[in-house]
Amino acid sequence: MEPFRHIESVVVPLDRANVDTDAIIPKQFLKSIQRSGFGPNLFDEWRYLDRGEPGKSCQGRPVNPDFVLNQPRYQGAQILLARDNFGCGSSREHAPWALLDYGFRVLIAPSFADIFFNNCFKNGILPIILDTQTVDRLFREASATPGYRLAVDLPEQGVTTPDGHTLPFQVDPFSKHCLIHGLDDIGLTLEHEEEIRQYESKRRKDYPWVFIPEEASRLGFSG
Amino acid sequence: MSAKTLFAKIWDAHQIRQDADGTALLYIDRHLVHEVTSPQAFEGLRLNRRTVRTPEATFAVPDHNVPTRDLAQGIQDPVSRLQVETLENNCREFGIRIFGMGDPRQGVVHVIAPEQGLILPGLTVVCGDSHTATHGAFGTLAFGIGTSEVEHVLATQTLTQKRPKTMRLTLTNTLGPGVTSKDLVLYLIGQIGTAGATGHAIEFAGEAIRALSMEGRMTVCNMAIEAGARAGMVGVDDHTIDYLANRPYAPKGKDWIEAVIHWRHYVSDPGAVFDRELTLDASAIEPQVSWGTSPEMMAPISGQIPDPDTMADPVRQSSARKALAYMGLQAGTRITDIPIDKVFIGSCTNGRIEDLRAAAQVVKDRKVASSIKLALVVPGSGLVKRQAEEEGLDQIFITAGFEWREPGCSMCLAMNNDVLSPGERCASTSNRNFEGRQGAGSRTHLASPAMAAAAAIHGHFVDVRRL
Repeated sequence: MEPFRHIESVVVPLDRANVDTDAIIPKQFLKSIQRSGFGPNLFDEWRYLDRGEPGKSCQGRPVNPDFVLNQPRYQGAQILLARDNFGCGSSREHAPWALLDYGFRVLIAPSFADIFFNNCFKNGILPIILDTQTVDRLFREASATPGYRLAVDLPEQGVTTPDGHTLPFQVDPFSKHCLIHGLDDIGLTLEHEEEIRQYESKRRKDYPWVFIPEEASRLGFSG
Repeated sequence: MSAKTLFAKIWDAHQIRQDADGTALLYIDRHLVHEVTSPQAFEGLRLNRRTVRTPEATFAVPDHNVPTRDLAQGIQDPVSRLQVETLENNCREFGIRIFGMGDPRQGVVHVIAPEQGLILPGLTVVCGDSHTATHGAFGTLAFGIGTSEVEHVLATQTLTQKRPKTMRLTLTNTLGPGVTSKDLVLYLIGQIGTAGATGHAIEFAGEAIRALSMEGRMTVCNMAIEAGARAGMVGVDDHTIDYLANRPYAPKGKDWIEAVIHWRHYVSDPGAVFDRELTLDASAIEPQVSWGTSPEMMAPISGQIPDPDTMADPVRQSSARKALAYMGLQAGTRITDIPIDKVFIGSCTNGRIEDLRAAAQVVKDRKVASSIKLALVVPGSGLVKRQAEEEGLDQIFITAGFEWREPGCSMCLAMNNDVLSPGERCASTSNRNFEGRQGAGSRTHLASPAMAAAAAIHGHFVDVRRL
């Protein structure tokens, strides 16, 4: 995972509440067994006028000029501004993979869906929660000001607007630590292997029926 | 000892360690895997030269991509086939049990796991699928995870998690005749919204929940995620124990007796304190139908499509306008005046035997309306299908003009060939009415199996209580 410290970028305002992960990356692209390559199909049904298919190049597809991501002023943006409950619905991690592959490293919204929120941190994306009034203000400013940029500082936990004002945000210390150092949290967990082993062996002793030995798999076969 | 919630009992019993900032390392008892969200996790293990730590805790099944007819020909779509084969290969390589294609037990992961007795009270259960909340019906803590977390569970049998808050939804009185668990949960989502329970584990309680069968409770918990909840759960009672008796993977003999005594403990203690409490009267709930593109856009069958102009919140107003434009509907239209093109009965929400019985009861001795282009019944599992056939339900559906298919996720998310065409309007027993969910440009109306069946017969929504 790529470490995250500072990002300064143009901001894309996506003015819709409850943007679900089906909209972020439609189901036909979930057939891939890879982690990369989802960026061209990010928001596929809103971004293009035809239907996208896995394996079909997006070069030359008719784009929807009204969709915010297609507007020239927002090209190259790494920060997405969104409304309440962004990332709701399916747990598909293909959604943050697509956002990351497109180039987004920061998402700002008044709230995020829980699973999506967790998935972002696992992929080097920082989801920032700001209150509704502040997000409203950012929407107004980003829409009204071509070239509107924000600077995000993760170590200092602040978003700085073009007028130099810094908006503080919360992030849990563990996720922050992993993001700043680009850490693989499986590696961190495996440092506690001895504790896991002790827990598991006690659980096996106390509640043996929780564990299903291999031979039990033959039970219930009928065909 | 102070009174504890059901949630706290399970969480505390699974916490291996806790960091100073409250991040917990939780032990995971049961891990369910399907073909769509797992390939990258297995690939991650290989790249990092890791193994599956506790293979006996993980069970796999292909469901999202599988065709629902002509199974003898195998999967025709090469991309889908590769994904299903990848799951089979990964399971073989890492020693994981799989209910593969051709296994009579194969079906939707959230239908087959309880059916096999894999879901037991007091367990932690995870799956790379948001509808994992289903399994909370058994007094378990069950929640959906992303692929990175799937990899984490495979490698460590644990997850690092923040403790969610708790919320109790108490449903007083009982549901009226013709009103089902699906209507109950759709109504709840309509009331609290799709972010109404974000950050919370919901416990469903009260007389109306106690009266539900395990199938009904699974339907309710299944859609807890649609209210934004991390998990949905129901305390253990006789229904739970009766359901589990003699299931293939449930404990047997002396283990069973000890387990049942232990399981009775998985209820919230009297006086346990929740972060939030909400009480609703179940007897006031009517059959529900969604009108928009979010599961919170819900109306009773006696109602009409709301007018965005009357909504106070500008964001809601704009969402409702976009939804009506997408759905091709007008404010003020009565729900019973919405014509339907296709009907889908199935999914992890409503693909169980009780659901098929409820739909068949409506369909019996009637015919699908001539205006309906396709009416599909997709059983949730091979065993549900077999049981329905033993009861003659398949013949009721086929005689009425329904297609009777093989098990899988099918048109709930339309990853296989069961896809709506642009603009088509579907009465669906599934869980999401998002834009494009059942196919690009598709229009989904969520409803109960009985309501979807009645819409198939009449060509538009009708109040199933008046049939």
